[in-house]
Amino acid sequence: MKDADAVSLTVNGATVAVQSAPGRRLSDVLRSDLGLTGTKVGCDAGDCGTCTVLMDGAAVCACLTPLARAAGADIRTVEGLSEGAALSALQASFLRHGAAQCGICTPGMLMAATALLSRNPDPERAEVEEALGGVLCRCTGYAAIVDAVLDAPNPPPAAACPRAGGAVGAAVERLDGRPKVAGREIFGADHVPQGALLVRAIRSPHASARFRIGDVQAWVAAQAGPIRVFTAGDIPGDNRFGVIPVFRDQPALAESHVRMRGEAVALVAGDPEIVETLDLSDFPVAWEAQDGLADAETAKDPGAPQVHETRPGNILIAGKVRRGDPDQALSDAAHLAGATIRTACVEHAYIEPEAGAAWMDGETLVIQACTQAPAMDRDDTARVLGLAPDRVRIIPSASGGGFGSKLDLSLQPLIGLVTLKTGQPCRMAYSRRDSMTSTTKRHPATMSARAGADAAGRVTGMVFDGDFDTGAYASWGPTVAVRVPVHASGPYRVPNYHAEARAVHTNGPTSGAFRGFGVPQAAILQETLFDDLAEQAGIDRLRFRLLNALRDGDSSVCGQVLHGVGIHDCLTALQDPWTEALEAARRVNGRSGRVRRGVGIASCWYGCGNTALPNPSTIRIGLTPDGRLCLHQGATDIGQGANTVIAQIAADALGLPLSDVTLVGPDTALTPDCGKTSASRQTVITGKAALLAGAALRARVLALTNMGDGAALALEGRRLVVRDGPGQRVIDLAALPPDAHGYVLAAEESYDPPTRPLDENGQGVPYAVYGYGAQVVELDVDMTLGTVKVRRITAAHDLGRAINPMLAKGQIEGGIAQGLGMALMEEYIPGRTENLHDYLIPTAGDMPDIRSILIEKPDPEGPMGAKGLGEHVLIPTAPAILNAIRDASGARITRLPALPHRVLAAIRAASEGA
Amino acid sequence: MDEYFRPQTLTDALAVLDRTGATVAAGCTDLFAGTQKQTLPGPVLDLTAIAALRGIAATPEGWRIGATTTWSDVLGADLPPAFDMLKQAAREVGSVQIQNAGTVAGNLCNASPAADGVPPLLALGAQVELRSASGRRTLPLSHFLTGVRATRRGASELVTAIHVPRAAARGRSGFLKLGARRFLVISIAMVAVRVAETAGRVDDIALAVGSCSAVATRLPEVESACLGQPVASIGDHVRDDAVARALSPITDIRADAAYRATAATELLRRALRDVTAGALA
Repeated sequence: MKDADAVSLTVNGATVAVQSAPGRRLSDVLRSDLGLTGTKVGCDAGDCGTCTVLMDGAAVCACLTPLARAAGADIRTVEGLSEGAALSALQASFLRHGAAQCGICTPGMLMAATALLSRNPDPERAEVEEALGGVLCRCTGYAAIVDAVLDAPNPPPAAACPRAGGAVGAAVERLDGRPKVAGREIFGADHVPQGALLVRAIRSPHASARFRIGDVQAWVAAQAGPIRVFTAGDIPGDNRFGVIPVFRDQPALAESHVRMRGEAVALVAGDPEIVETLDLSDFPVAWEAQDGLADAETAKDPGAPQVHETRPGNILIAGKVRRGDPDQALSDAAHLAGATIRTACVEHAYIEPEAGAAWMDGETLVIQACTQAPAMDRDDTARVLGLAPDRVRIIPSASGGGFGSKLDLSLQPLIGLVTLKTGQPCRMAYSRRDSMTSTTKRHPATMSARAGADAAGRVTGMVFDGDFDTGAYASWGPTVAVRVPVHASGPYRVPNYHAEARAVHTNGPTSGAFRGFGVPQAAILQETLFDDLAEQAGIDRLRFRLLNALRDGDSSVCGQVLHGVGIHDCLTALQDPWTEALEAARRVNGRSGRVRRGVGIASCWYGCGNTALPNPSTIRIGLTPDGRLCLHQGATDIGQGANTVIAQIAADALGLPLSDVTLVGPDTALTPDCGKTSASRQTVITGKAALLAGAALRARVLALTNMGDGAALALEGRRLVVRDGPGQRVIDLAALPPDAHGYVLAAEESYDPPTRPLDENGQGVPYAVYGYGAQVVELDVDMTLGTVKVRRITAAHDLGRAINPMLAKGQIEGGIAQGLGMALMEEYIPGRTENLHDYLIPTAGDMPDIRSILIEKPDPEGPMGAKGLGEHVLIPTAPAILNAIRDASGARITRLPALPHRVLAAIRAASEGA
Repeated sequence: MDEYFRPQTLTDALAVLDRTGATVAAGCTDLFAGTQKQTLPGPVLDLTAIAALRGIAATPEGWRIGATTTWSDVLGADLPPAFDMLKQAAREVGSVQIQNAGTVAGNLCNASPAADGVPPLLALGAQVELRSASGRRTLPLSHFLTGVRATRRGASELVTAIHVPRAAARGRSGFLKLGARRFLVISIAMVAVRVAETAGRVDDIALAVGSCSAVATRLPEVESACLGQPVASIGDHVRDDAVARALSPITDIRADAAYRATAATELLRRALRDVTAGALA
């Protein structure tokens, strides 16, 4: 076979001839040559399965299939599933079950499921799990996907769209779901501007090194075609970025010194065919490697080198909360428990590596990339590039997962620089290795704590101290250091309390935001300690938690008087499942055998929004002369469902049906700032702004028509009809003058949650709204192999008001999957686990049966009573698993993840100690 | 441009290999995973158009597994119970997607210490058939594999088939893989066992352990201890120290060395119990 020969293949029923290298990945051919970007690329190694296509009916990874192999074959991609605009039964089932969250794995899941259903139309659940076992999903926890496959042949009658005023509380399908299941969604790598240059980065192989870039001109001249190289010297602005302005410390391109492996030192840009094939290993850079600081303990040594000159002792920041006299309380305590626990560095492992494109639109630099924080991206990218913020426009692409890491800049300043310097459009897609080495992680933590209770089992005091390895750059380290002491008490009354958390610089990967900002780590220690206290006090572990749970009117450890506190309700809802689980465990353990059943419980609480700092959201809603209702929704939907939830709230506040809503944005040129998608804030804060904006528009309409509060609105073509009892008024929208945004009737409202700064003892009002939850875990421990099989998790979460119960359940299942991974398998080691076969996240076969219980204890501040949920759901899982492992086997896990060898060692240690 | 050859006959393939020293490709699941590039670095010799290299056939001597037989092909083949362990291993190779592409010979030539196919093939006494333009030779699998990512395949040789002798295809068999997650996982330890009996006593036994040494290995000392013993109590003859002597496990991100030895012993006992329970039923 000669390279020049065209390869003929059938794709979705059509015969195509492709002129390309026979050894090229089919995924690249489908995406680049045939424009079929529904086939996604997550790893280029067969580890994630998102590129799954059917070849002659068999599921294969397109990234592992050379084009030559597809010659004469029948290839089917996600684009071939729907017939015209009509979704297939499987795609419709995915929508109906909420099986697509971010949607990046959805094409792979759909194709793997299609292969199964074509040979086995009526599979068992285990067969579905096995068929989907080769496609990783980081959002859903797989349950909804498996349900969708099982249920595909049985479509229910079409559900009616919610009537006006009935959207909130309805389990409506995601408004942005159809493109995700049809393979039409545009993620970061899916938009390629005409003539775009390809950009690649030269990255440090060392954790710490000085470097000197050599003869670039000679290297460029030696390449097969014209390319350009950019280094720090090309950056026109302030080469420092960071999510928190006072801690900005990260160069877009390092200048003379790298502080972590994977840090970019130069960019190469040019014709994609040339740049893609470049061997970057011979790029002229001389490294002078230095001993890097591997962990926080080393970094705190007085003789340790300083990662940043201005941060003595490598301490970025310490957060403290102090209340009462914990030392006295502990010395008086009837029961005392103490422990030290070390958690691992955890990778976000979203299935979409960072990707995006940049181009000039007149004088404006436009960047379309995956992100969680478009306005922050705009401002920080503009600074680095020396531009005024209004000369940068950020269009968030769909994000294939984020979980906190896509809050930080990644490629935005890099592609921005190339386009600014060349005037040409460009694009960049991180490899899986680029993504894993260079972007942020969950802080590895080493934490010690002591807690005491009185004879009746009431917690009287707690002391917590933790080092959080924040890696090379500040990122969200300060947020973690502040959040942890505020939350380390758990949702319990702890009258005497002292907690301190330090963010410590090392030469590890930068630790930033990851679902929970350090609180999941702290909860592992606190919730395992509380099991010790319950055991010493001779009180059932759930009852112990109920006894100590915060109630309405109680003060938190920050002295904040709380309202709408739902933890007691969550624990109460778990009472029956808990009792049944304990009885089942007794039955199982009554039989001899190498498997022991354990039951564990843990709680969570989590403040929604920034910690005692402003974080407003602004929503605009308007009616056009032609009768469209446009919702400018600037909260990025990374899969969690903001596009749907915010629209549901706005529609009900206004009083028009959800089906009337047209979503606009997010786009910094089109949508007011809704802040970042983090801190479980969008439903609460943007939701409240949507509630206010919807209500304001309604008030205008009612004032115009002189109708009462109870009036019903209806859009009928260009007429807005307002009916109140027998009365009816009609607004002819086409007859009204449009405003600057093109709306004839519009409202724009902002909301910033009321908080109060924390004083030197951490006393104040850090958050306006909290969410609560608790989970019961049932699992089996293999006593001779140390393996753990989680069988069931019953999760009760108080979200105040379930705006969309289906999306809420999806959040719970997905959070549990990440918590399970953190507990049992996930550990990022630089240089060793920079791929998705050495770094393990749960597969479809690792998930337990999950039973979600939605508790709705209204919050007085939240929109329609709603609280945040997104991060809460992950927090209880790992500690509940550890508590269940101990219940089953006696093993105390003090180092995560609880890999089989660690569990077995802990089982042996426990039996020796007994 | 990267040269890519996809001949239709073995003769042509051997000629290409002789001439170019090309990288040999079959399922490409390891080759593509080993490069960040979008095109396999050439020259590449793709064997998958050679029909004669794919498929499983009974021969007068036993069974012949063609080099490019995929793991899915193995799962679909009609084979005696001694091959159950190979089928069980086939289901554990990566994912369905990998099983549909990955080949038996590729698994051997890639020579990972954690290759799922190696322990069952060792326990089947597999022989590796190598062909070159100048001839043909056959090596026992245990001899073919020499270390981590190392084999005795010569630069101008192709693995063309794996042969399982009829004498080794006796009895019942089982495979157990231990990893930190359910699917798509590199094993911490794995075992393949095959047991044949006469009148309730073991008269043939093959035990193999993977991921616990540079190359998966048979355990002749343990096998000897089990020979002639009553099938019902065979697990009692799998002694910790004898298993440990056969292995040289390492400590890595997945487990520590001591755990691997413990786990291998336990897995051997469990696999033997599963297999012999079936025999007694």
